[in-house]
Amino acid sequence: MTGIIAYGAYVPRTRLQRAAVHAANSWFAPGLKGLAKGERAIANWDEDAITMAVEAGRDCLNNVDRTQLASVMLASTSLPFVDRQNAGVVKEALNLPDAIATLDVTGSQRAGTSSLLSALQAVAGGSGPILHLAAEKRQALPASEAEMVQGDAASALLVGSENPIARLVGHHGVATDFVDHFRASGQAFDYGWETRWIRDEGIGKILGGAIRDALIKFGLDGSAIDRLIVPITTRGVAEGLARAAGIAPAAIVDALAATVGESGAAHATLMLAHALESAKPGERILVTSFGQGADILLFEVTEAIAGAKPLSGVSGWLARRREESNYLKYLSLRGLLALDRGMRAEQDHKVALTALYRNRKAVLGLVGGRCSKTGTVQFPKTDISVNPNDHAIRTQEDYPLAELPARILTYTADSLTYSPDPPSCYGSIEFEGGGRMMAEFADIEPDAIEVGAALRMMFRIKAVDEKRDFKRYFWKAAPAG
Amino acid sequence: MARGIKDKVAILGMGCTKFGERWDKDADQLMVEAYEEAITDAGIETSQIDAAWLGAAFDAVNIGPSGIPLSMALRLKNIGVTKVENYCASGTESFRGAVYAVASGAADIALAMGVEKLKDTGYGGLPVRTRGTTHDMIGITGSAPGNFAQLASAYRAEHGVSKDDLKQAMAHVSVKSHANGAKNPKAHLQKEVSMETVLNAPMIAEPLGLFDCCGVSDGAACAIVTTPEIARALGKTDIITVKALQVATSNGWELQGSGWNGAYFPTTRIAATRAYEEAGITDPRSQISLMEVHDCFSITELVTMEDLHISKEGEGWRDVLDGFFDADGTLPCQIDGGLKCFGHPIGASGLRMIYENYLQLLGRAGPRQRSTPPVFGLSHNLGGMPNQNVCAIAIVGMADA
Repeated sequence: MTGIIAYGAYVPRTRLQRAAVHAANSWFAPGLKGLAKGERAIANWDEDAITMAVEAGRDCLNNVDRTQLASVMLASTSLPFVDRQNAGVVKEALNLPDAIATLDVTGSQRAGTSSLLSALQAVAGGSGPILHLAAEKRQALPASEAEMVQGDAASALLVGSENPIARLVGHHGVATDFVDHFRASGQAFDYGWETRWIRDEGIGKILGGAIRDALIKFGLDGSAIDRLIVPITTRGVAEGLARAAGIAPAAIVDALAATVGESGAAHATLMLAHALESAKPGERILVTSFGQGADILLFEVTEAIAGAKPLSGVSGWLARRREESNYLKYLSLRGLLALDRGMRAEQDHKVALTALYRNRKAVLGLVGGRCSKTGTVQFPKTDISVNPNDHAIRTQEDYPLAELPARILTYTADSLTYSPDPPSCYGSIEFEGGGRMMAEFADIEPDAIEVGAALRMMFRIKAVDEKRDFKRYFWKAAPAG
Repeated sequence: MARGIKDKVAILGMGCTKFGERWDKDADQLMVEAYEEAITDAGIETSQIDAAWLGAAFDAVNIGPSGIPLSMALRLKNIGVTKVENYCASGTESFRGAVYAVASGAADIALAMGVEKLKDTGYGGLPVRTRGTTHDMIGITGSAPGNFAQLASAYRAEHGVSKDDLKQAMAHVSVKSHANGAKNPKAHLQKEVSMETVLNAPMIAEPLGLFDCCGVSDGAACAIVTTPEIARALGKTDIITVKALQVATSNGWELQGSGWNGAYFPTTRIAATRAYEEAGITDPRSQISLMEVHDCFSITELVTMEDLHISKEGEGWRDVLDGFFDADGTLPCQIDGGLKCFGHPIGASGLRMIYENYLQLLGRAGPRQRSTPPVFGLSHNLGGMPNQNVCAIAIVGMADA
């Protein structure tokens, strides 16, 4: 039986207040007032589709044996690399075995659902479990409607054949080159067409038609659908689709418009991950998505749902929240406002690719060493143990640290060193069971840091090599709560 | 321990430039300025120098690599010149090279020079540097204040000192150095400051405010060393000898291992123990007359008082507030203004500390001269950061002490 066997998600902690966006831009775009409600999730400067996918993956793989995975798929239209496999970076960060397949899927807002279907079909064809990730860091022009309605997030679904929590009942898809918006290669921003045309000729006819045809294909009435996922936050769209298909309004799943914003290729699966948190056995969930065609997937929740719990899940991440009303700060962290960064920002962050490859487990996977003789844990792993009483030579085995809780030993909030988001907070930390490192802190309030505070590690952008357009990733320590 | 070098090497002469914003001078000119004072003090000719060591830390923005810049600046007679770099301990490292050369008998007269030309970097504070290909991938990009500020959080946690009490003690350290620097014409900063000014200064790296941090300066310092016998043969009567010279270098235990609480420098404790043993000092709190320590930040000086076994562990802050280390206190520390006010041209600092002890021992320190005749002067020069560093300690004293 093919289906979803585990799920997870990631929503960045910072929530940009739409009223603040409107207040800053109303002189130029007063028409956005109608959208100036609620908040949207914004990735920090050190987050992107890769780092968010990693967090969603970790959320999903809670209590899952990672060595059993056959493949990692990453769907996004905002991948940081065009030619360096993004899913490959995620695979290293999740410390998965090298004998694994990895794949980036992109090119459409449907990338999330189309790749999910491919994963389900691969499993049905005999593949081992596939970790399906979708992540989006959406880039919108200041004072645009997109800036108001979009959001950053990631989802993770572990697809497999053993004891699924939601089995795939059926699927339907159409492809048509309906260009509601587009983004050319190398361009940062979308160019879009009129909203009413998209709503009526695109969503209404193409997606609406696909839902109708899918229900016929499945032999079901709309009334058989318990939950309808429409990853479009435009007001009234989901309601119109439900009405046309005979699906009860109560089945419409919250599109997270007021809390996250529409997260592009990740949104349908993000909503699915959220719906699964409260889903009951026997419920039918219809997942739809739209983008140069439509995808329709029908799942039925099984009894196994009771045993599947992500580490945080969408609800957990939504509760981990900090309001941001500083629109200028948002613009700066987004790379949309050039501040005088000073000389300390001039550091050359060139990465020796040889050394990155040699140290990939330590750098991307946060794998340290454990002495097989004394049990001493250390980071990084070295040829000679750091144990002062026994400098044993070449006794260290790989010892993953990323999932271990840690605590603060020393800290500071540094206003001198360059950080896109000053002050730069960092300090030495100690992992439960041993092992220490100096770590930058992520998502932390300078006033709230204390020696002994509990931490969790998060995969983040460490620095950007602006000369060569390369991103340096590493792990940072964030408050455990 | 090894036999040590106590009293095997004498300081024949020393020199030091004015530290500060030396916009008018290049590094080679600063070296000449320090050298002129040292060679005049030594009373020898350049041709009598057998070997030389150059300490400088920021070669890319300073004088460039190798020992050549020193040889060229001083027009040395094609002797062996070695450049050393050990972070902010580079000055004492150059001294070690020269002293060991004399102690071994390989050289009769050797020269140590330390120099740094930081004001050409364009930075307020130290420039950002790479720490090597691999480290840069996993290390933090912090500043020097940020690295040292962490001592404070760890110290408070370890010893249960309140934020306010520690901030007061740290401020006292800086107020004292400013008061001392005001009496030193070669000091970069020669203005007294109030507690209030220090406490209310802008934050640089929590809890270090602007006045908790030493600035960066241009400057050079120089020592010419020989054997006590040669010094006497050259007509010297007040012979200052090296009583101990110890360097301890982190092996990674502080950060990679476990057990370190982050509130002290294990290397300083080790180097101090070895230095006292080499010098034959059994009770440093009563026997050391003067100290010049690496007060890159106020908190560094405070914990160093404990690491040097002067203050009891966890009570250094009380000694500081009691005025124990003030210029008129029991054991003056930074009587010349220290790194905080004399200035901190990285490669020169270790030699500058020895220079002050040398002047004080000879009674040549002018308005800031310690009235009680000093016997042992200790200098403590630290390179790196709390979790990974080099500690260099030099004790000098009268030959018959």
